[in-house]
Amino acid sequence: MSGNSKHRKYKNPFLNWIEFRLPIISYLEREYGEYPMPKNCNYFWSFGALATITLVVMILSGIFLAMNYTPHTDMAFDSVERIMRDVNFGWLLRYIHSNGAAFFFIIVYIHILRGMYYGSYKYPRELNWILGVFIYLLMMASAFMGYVLPWGQMSYWGATVITNLFSAIPVIGEGLKIWLLGDYTVGNATLNRFFALHYVLPFVILGVVGLHVAAVHVHGSNNPAGIDIKSKNDTVRFFPYMIMKDALATCVFGVLISAVIFFGPNLMAEVDNYIPADPLVTPAHIVPNWYLAPFYAILRAIPDKLGGVVLMFGSIVILFVLPWLDRSNVRSCNFRPIYKWFVMLFFVNFFILGYVGMLPAEGLYLLIARIGLVYYFGFFLIITPFIHLVETPKSLPMGISDVYLGAGEKKPILTSQKEII
Amino acid sequence: MAKKPDTKRRDFLQLSTISIGAVGTAAFIWPFIKSMSPAEDTLALGTTEVDVSEIEEGQSITVKWRGKPVFIRKRTKIEIEEAKSVNISDLKHPEQDVDRVKKEEWLVLVGVCTHLGCVPLGQKLTDTKGEYNGWYCPCHGSHYDTSGRIRKGPAPENLPVPPYSFLNETTIKIG
Repeated sequence: MSGNSKHRKYKNPFLNWIEFRLPIISYLEREYGEYPMPKNCNYFWSFGALATITLVVMILSGIFLAMNYTPHTDMAFDSVERIMRDVNFGWLLRYIHSNGAAFFFIIVYIHILRGMYYGSYKYPRELNWILGVFIYLLMMASAFMGYVLPWGQMSYWGATVITNLFSAIPVIGEGLKIWLLGDYTVGNATLNRFFALHYVLPFVILGVVGLHVAAVHVHGSNNPAGIDIKSKNDTVRFFPYMIMKDALATCVFGVLISAVIFFGPNLMAEVDNYIPADPLVTPAHIVPNWYLAPFYAILRAIPDKLGGVVLMFGSIVILFVLPWLDRSNVRSCNFRPIYKWFVMLFFVNFFILGYVGMLPAEGLYLLIARIGLVYYFGFFLIITPFIHLVETPKSLPMGISDVYLGAGEKKPILTSQKEII
Repeated sequence: MAKKPDTKRRDFLQLSTISIGAVGTAAFIWPFIKSMSPAEDTLALGTTEVDVSEIEEGQSITVKWRGKPVFIRKRTKIEIEEAKSVNISDLKHPEQDVDRVKKEEWLVLVGVCTHLGCVPLGQKLTDTKGEYNGWYCPCHGSHYDTSGRIRKGPAPENLPVPPYSFLNETTIKIG
């Protein structure tokens, strides 16, 4: 079938036929079969695969939900209730989708923590990090717009508060807000366009994920030691080793998310969102989803409208330049005795910010939010750029295989990442 | 010498092609961007007529205008005094009470907090009215006085006064 004996690479003639015309078989073999993974990678390296699987599940459940959803202010709430009560397995689709969103963020936060702790954002993976932050931004936008669709009280007032952020921009703010809403207030035009964008953005995310994965495959995956692959002995094949490892991680994840979907589907939901949207009554307390709450806490920590908005967007934008803020030439925090604690504190702080972001902005909570805000920016602008001046990194192993040699003193060592790079 | 004009001619062609392409692209994008602005029917300035004869002194009602709540309060003598006696240089957004009303006892406001768009409390008699006896926004803690002016909290401006007129003693037309 393949005509030329030169192209008979595989036993299966159909594969040869495809390969000759579109070399996708050899691409898959190279990138997902032979692809060398550092052999010291731990389970934190499975969260990229988990995130990809979750994205696919979200897109699938979303498509089937959309078949029964009506993006109109008069019918949206009722159509969601109909999905819950009358549509076959509608409740399951919706609980998979709503809890899937929360778990998507849990996975991505762990994935980001992994990247920060092991220095995966550093040379030569800076673009990879930037693409990742871009995915995170798109995820936040999609999650926000998805939360508006059920058209409950929290949907409506969350949308009102977030779109009003844009009105803080001097001169063009108010016009920009009206353009985004398509009305003077959050209304039918807004709901319609949010539905359209909520449907399409995940496919954009899928595209950027493709770039993100392609970019990491260029220089290979980072590893807990943060040192480069030097020989074949440092690696294992992606198949079957990593595929099996990721498969086990996926099973464990499946058990966890199923426990929530079936036994506590509303654990992370706000009760007020089961009240239909009412433009004339603001709920006493507007609560964002927990995964967006840290940024809401930053917004409210500042007593000035524009200042709060600038810091909130700034707290996301600053992530893009992290590869250039970190001046240390050691990647992994395993070898950074001081910085590792600051990175862990950064994440603890992030979740404390999220916690106070869901509580009223007054008294002690406001004070905690302000301290958290100072640490958030202090981490990026003071600790990360200057810690290497006072921190002496531990000696790095010569190669990945040396990690397994036991106590370090006999091993040949290098004092700087640069010598390896 | 013969080649130089040629280079310039190339440059010119290149530049004009790029410019025309850019203008064409912009002209093509514009309808898409503009389609997201409020549609004609939304823009058509809605008006609402309100019968206020039933409102007692000290009471407020909320009506809907252009999708937003509008507060109409018949102020008491004390409330009017409070609003007038304020030294406007102390205000975050300085406005005289007389510039915010057409008739002293009637205060008409767009009931949307100028911070992030929540509806402030203070319309019902049982609501908390904040430290200045006007309105209090529960979202982020802005306090408005009996003239709807921002006195405390993150909101940058006073509650706006919508365009309105008195058709007769007991009917207000908003819009």
